Amino acid sequence: MLSPVILVPAILNGLLTGAVYALVALGLTLIYGVLHIINFAHGALLTVAMFAAFFAYKLLGLDPYLAAIGLTPLFFCLGYALQRFVIGPAAHGEDRNILLITLGLAVVIENALLYAFRADTRTVNLPYGFSVIEVGPAFLSVPRVIGFCVVIAVALALFLLMRFTDTGKAIRAVAREKLGAELSGIDVAHIYAVTFGLGTACLAIAACLLLPTYYVNPHAGNAFVLIAFTIVVLGGMGSVAGALVGGLIIGVVESLSGLYLGESLGQIGIFVIFILVLLFRPTGLFGERA
Amino acid sequence: MKRTGTILAVVALLACVPLVTSSNVVLNFLVVVLLIALVGQGWNVLGGYGGQYSFGHAAFFGTAAYTTGILQLHYGVNAWAGLIIGIAAGAAVGAITGALSFRSGLRGSYFALVTLAFAEVLRIIASVTPITGAGVGTLIKLDLRPEAFQFQSRAPFYWIILGFVAVSLLIAQRLEASRFGAYLVAVRENEDAAKAAGIDVFRVKLGAMTLSAAITAAGGCFYAQYFLFLDAGIAYGPWISVEALLAPVIGGIGTVFGPLLGALVVKLLGEATKLVTGDVPGLDLVIYGCVLILVVAFAPRGIAGLMKRHA
Amino acid sequence: MSRLNRRRFLTTTALGAAALAAPAVLRAQGAPVKVGILQPTSGAMSYSGQQGRIGAQFALDEINAAGIKSLGGAKIEPVFGDAQSTPEGGNAEVEKMNGAGCAAVVGGYVSSICLAASQTAARYDLPYIVDVGVADSIVTRGLKNTFRLGPGFGVLAKTAIENLITLNDAAGKIAKTVMIIHEDSAFGSGLAKLLNTQLPEKGFQVIETIPHPTPTRDFNNVVTKIRAQNPDLVIPANYYNEYVLLARTMQQQKVRPKAIYSILGGAASSYKFVKEFPEAAAYIMDCNHWFDPKNPKALDLKKKVEAKGEFFTYEVYMNYSAVLLLADALERAASADRAKIIAALESSTFAGHVMPYGPTKFVNGQNQGAAPVNTQVLGNDIQVIFPAKFASAKPVFPMPA
Repeated sequence: MLSPVILVPAILNGLLTGAVYALVALGLTLIYGVLHIINFAHGALLTVAMFAAFFAYKLLGLDPYLAAIGLTPLFFCLGYALQRFVIGPAAHGEDRNILLITLGLAVVIENALLYAFRADTRTVNLPYGFSVIEVGPAFLSVPRVIGFCVVIAVALALFLLMRFTDTGKAIRAVAREKLGAELSGIDVAHIYAVTFGLGTACLAIAACLLLPTYYVNPHAGNAFVLIAFTIVVLGGMGSVAGALVGGLIIGVVESLSGLYLGESLGQIGIFVIFILVLLFRPTGLFGERA
Repeated sequence: MKRTGTILAVVALLACVPLVTSSNVVLNFLVVVLLIALVGQGWNVLGGYGGQYSFGHAAFFGTAAYTTGILQLHYGVNAWAGLIIGIAAGAAVGAITGALSFRSGLRGSYFALVTLAFAEVLRIIASVTPITGAGVGTLIKLDLRPEAFQFQSRAPFYWIILGFVAVSLLIAQRLEASRFGAYLVAVRENEDAAKAAGIDVFRVKLGAMTLSAAITAAGGCFYAQYFLFLDAGIAYGPWISVEALLAPVIGGIGTVFGPLLGALVVKLLGEATKLVTGDVPGLDLVIYGCVLILVVAFAPRGIAGLMKRHA
Repeated sequence: MSRLNRRRFLTTTALGAAALAAPAVLRAQGAPVKVGILQPTSGAMSYSGQQGRIGAQFALDEINAAGIKSLGGAKIEPVFGDAQSTPEGGNAEVEKMNGAGCAAVVGGYVSSICLAASQTAARYDLPYIVDVGVADSIVTRGLKNTFRLGPGFGVLAKTAIENLITLNDAAGKIAKTVMIIHEDSAFGSGLAKLLNTQLPEKGFQVIETIPHPTPTRDFNNVVTKIRAQNPDLVIPANYYNEYVLLARTMQQQKVRPKAIYSILGGAASSYKFVKEFPEAAAYIMDCNHWFDPKNPKALDLKKKVEAKGEFFTYEVYMNYSAVLLLADALERAASADRAKIIAALESSTFAGHVMPYGPTKFVNGQNQGAAPVNTQVLGNDIQVIFPAKFASAKPVFPMPA
């Protein structure tokens, strides 16, 4: 197992997979970091985005990478509306209620998709879907390499947004000290909704990146939720850099533990890290001291 | 005590159900409701009274279920002994994970997530280790004798789970009236203030978690006897963790009857939506989810909260 | 006799007489026979549940055109139940079906649901016909009410290996090393265990057995391992989505063993997979449930199903056959009485199904003639390669480079 012929591809694959995980986690970490809610509906929203990307291809002939340009703002608005008009008002500000509401939303979304589109697994067969780049002993799938680059770009964009724009500063203010932010005139409900919108927009991009190599059905997004939570914790809740680095690390950990322990038991690597980080460094790699 | 009287009255009323109906549909439905109420009451001790939300109660449920299943299947241990040992095993897992989590000072969402992770780790291990049957699962031998904790008719199962629920209700009631319970609520309301007031917060939380785990574990052992088949997804899957928290939160968190009320309402809702929508896949769950959201929006303190407000 | 007793006596006798007369009355009217159709139509297995229901519905439509003759043309009234992909769900539905007065239950699909549901049905001596569920434990519990038309994984493994040996011998024994990739729940693990015992006995070397969860997000590492260890054969045993991902990844990484010899490969004998990914699917072999390709009724059903825009998957024709089996039992029992139906099934020699099993013969609930069939994807179509009497093409082994 230590042979570089297996190890190098495993690490490289881990990085590529980890990048997509990171993008899913980016949305979650923003939502958690600012709204302090564990968004149970994250997986279901990813599934919606995947269906959207699929239909953009099937009905409009849009290549997923092009579709992302249109879907991202669309999903931003969806997320904004969801938080502003559904989750926010229904929760009465209580954390426990938000938990239940996102849980309820997850059930509604997943089953609405099942009802509307049935359970068939849908895939797209793109001309470049099977292209590979050879890097040493590794055959890297072109869509996944593209995905990796896009994720880095998105993470950078988000980081810049958070650091240098007014909205970004407002978001960080609300995350750190909601009352103070409110008193300084920031519209907290609006900022909450913007954050949720950003998180959902990340899912739209992630869905478009996944579509060439993955599949779509009403349950597809669920597979990414727990891993996204792990990355959020590892990277530090609310940290963009943390989600990216955490995602890459988790991707590699999953890959290597799958290699040594088998794909089934290997999943344990992720959760062991999860537990260890929580027990010994709960704020994560880049998180702020609680 | 007035409260004990209420509990006994409710239990006595419920106990009459098999005497007035022989419908197995109803009995099976109520057995599942009571099972969820039991597991939910376990969660309620830690989450409702203690304020520590766990997303991983499956860890205790599954451990107890597998313990009793494996002991019966591979070591010929009697099912009733398996019940006791299973509860002890579940409680032990609660104590260990609690100690680790609380020692590290985990609270709120962090605590919730670590419990989730523990349950997942156990699920993954159970899906590959030979002793649990790995993927194939554990099939307890059909042996319809009371000595083997299996019954031909649904009614004895119903009375047994009702008995467990009765005990859990009494435990919750005792908790409310006891000093330990007062400490627990103090920790829930303001952990730092409680510590400043001299309460050994760690011991209180750990005690609550162990008790919580034991109650849920009893549910796990019962599940094993009632359904006779376990696999990693059934024993440790998120479904039971969600059921465990849904019932008390809907029914009234931190109240004695909350989990029972919540379990009944949630399950009735599930059945009602199925009835309304017929066989169209997914539609019943869409309605279920919507109602859930609406309930939370309009009754944030749960059903018991609604009742208190209008009492 | 006191007045009270006499009244009670008369009433009871009257009721008793009415009860005795009732079946005759019902028979004369041809009251519908309720049958529970249990499928996981929501949750993770919803696609298979949906396909299963489609198959059952086709059978029902066919039967209800004339009804059950020995019951006066009585129609079968389906009571659909959604098992929600969990044993508890299946259990609750069976209780309802029993409460609704069903004469029998057909379905389940997933082994764990079949186990729980058939056990619940056993309490009420309710006949339960398993549609797919391959765990051997389903028919080894000594339950009189449980019947399975199709094969269990014991027979599957045995047949698969026998056919593999035939294949290998005919090609000059070119395959020796094997890697098994299986899903980690009941059927995958059970199958892998049997293969690990039986393959070495027949001279094959299992280099590695890789279990994976359902769902699995990525197979790149698995495929890297396959490429590094270069087995002659890759044996996948999993569900549809994972199989497709695995096959696509193998195509992408240009991994071509001498054969991909699937056993219960989730997509290996799926028209949907062949249609959507012809390159990845080419030359893949499967040992799986399959219809009898020489049976005109089967081909007719295939046409009808495809005309409706559905894929002709195994869930469809296995449920179709299972419901027809039940109808035959009802016909021979001439009654909707559960015990009589069970007796009719026990003595059943039904040949009107569309499976390659011959007439049914149940021993301990397991149909003895049940066996899988070997297929290979050739010329963008699925051809049967074993057994010879159903074969429509010669196997291509090894896979062309």
